[in-house]
Amino acid sequence: MGELKLMKGNEAMAEAAIRAGADAYFGYPITPQSEVIEYLMAEKPFERTGMVVLQAESEVAAINMVYGAGGSGKRVMTSSSSPGVSLKQEGLSYIAGSEIPCLYANVVRGGPGLGTIQPSQADYFQSVKGGGHGDYKQIVLAPASVQEMADFVKLGFDLAFKYRIAVLILSDGVIGQMMEKVELFDQVPRMTDAEIKEKYPWATTGKAKGTERRIITSLDLDSLKMEKHNHHLQAKYKLITENEVRFELIGCEDAEYVFVAYGSSARIAQKSMQLARKKGIKVGLLRLITLFPFPTKQIQTLCDQGIKGFLAVEMSAGQMVEDVQLSVNGRAKVAHYGRFGGIVHSPEEVELALEQILIGG
Amino acid sequence: MTEEIIIAGFGGQGVLSMGKILAYSGIMHDQEVSWMPSYGPEMRGGTANVTVILSDERISSPVLTVFDTAIILNQQSMDKFEKSVRPGGILIYDPNGITHHPSRKDINIYQIEGAQVAAEMGNTKIFNMVILGAYMKLKPIVQLEYVIKGLKKSLPERYHKLIPLNEDAINMGMKHIKPYYLMN
Repeated sequence: MGELKLMKGNEAMAEAAIRAGADAYFGYPITPQSEVIEYLMAEKPFERTGMVVLQAESEVAAINMVYGAGGSGKRVMTSSSSPGVSLKQEGLSYIAGSEIPCLYANVVRGGPGLGTIQPSQADYFQSVKGGGHGDYKQIVLAPASVQEMADFVKLGFDLAFKYRIAVLILSDGVIGQMMEKVELFDQVPRMTDAEIKEKYPWATTGKAKGTERRIITSLDLDSLKMEKHNHHLQAKYKLITENEVRFELIGCEDAEYVFVAYGSSARIAQKSMQLARKKGIKVGLLRLITLFPFPTKQIQTLCDQGIKGFLAVEMSAGQMVEDVQLSVNGRAKVAHYGRFGGIVHSPEEVELALEQILIGG
Repeated sequence: MTEEIIIAGFGGQGVLSMGKILAYSGIMHDQEVSWMPSYGPEMRGGTANVTVILSDERISSPVLTVFDTAIILNQQSMDKFEKSVRPGGILIYDPNGITHHPSRKDINIYQIEGAQVAAEMGNTKIFNMVILGAYMKLKPIVQLEYVIKGLKKSLPERYHKLIPLNEDAINMGMKHIKPYYLMN
């Protein structure tokens, strides 16, 4: 058993980055995510493992530092909150085009614009539909506990390098700010330069005599080549869709209705589920762990099982609900409930929405 | 067994750290715990509150609107959270600075003169530990030995010499809590 600690979600993510053998973190403070860089600066991983921690001059600089370091095969991470993540979108599109493995976290707050510093889940579209330009995807992991804030850092780095893709930990103000018990995994040693050279033949590790140049770029003015590159990217996303869907089913065996939720809303919906079951309503919970890839097949299996209706619970005006509708494809009723703009819905409100909007609506 | 608590007062009263000590004690007790603070500008000089859940089972929502116990340390928090106590639940408050006392008849209400007791002990900083002691008297879900273990774990070593003072404050809280209104 690993080390047991009481930590904030943001702190657990920062500590996990050190332990996952990250080579660098580049960031810029913003509420409700600032504890990540605060923790790293206080913990001095440059003394513990040699990991670099740098406060960049802006979010834009930070994501481009990630591009550079990731391109050389280093395990590199950044994090921010909604307005800061919007600034990073250009860099993320370039990272997708250049197939640079990296990890970043968005501890979402209410928007649009500067919005509020309170929790929100209104960055779903930006996260799963591509916030930058071009046909691209990134793997999106949605932690629902402090434990997962830590565990998904290690998983995220592994997936990033397995597929040469950006992995996003999509969290929010609740999961980032709350403290829970967390069991920390043991230190993974950082890779040596020699190991990187051997393992990642694409990485720009310095040209040796007699070897070919390695080029990391998203640019190709030959459109036929660019189309081919896009086909390659799409094949990769298809592979990820086939292999990396993650979810959790809670109380769905005898369910007539199902809550679909991720992150803090999944925790809240679990309580709503308990409240509804006390009233005799058979409701279960499909907790999404990956948002891309989306568990379409699992939702179809639930339709086969005879589920009458799905309530998408998210702190937004209704974003994830669209993917639920696409998956259900008219075979059951789909409705949405959520408070937004920085308001967190209560378990009682969600339970009431189940009765009034989904069942009675 | 699950205990859902809200602690609410002014920023600087030690509301968040009291919640943290409770959470640590829960861990020492092998319980599942969650600690969800209010965060942002409202903490600085304004109101601060924290939701703490201690449970033998996996905790679902860390965000709650109904609580088994409310510990209320200023008037704004009384206005906001008196109505959030579950019928049959407990409200503990420090009457210092309270102008509108709680009036519910479906909960048990207790007073603890935390500010006064801490001042008499010569250290206003241990106010939150007096309040914690009062709570522990009513809800033995958290035992003193685990709180001390939790303090040892959460405080940097250089502050460990203050643990006996904190223990005294807890004992004073246990001694001074008194009923204000009890249900039949």
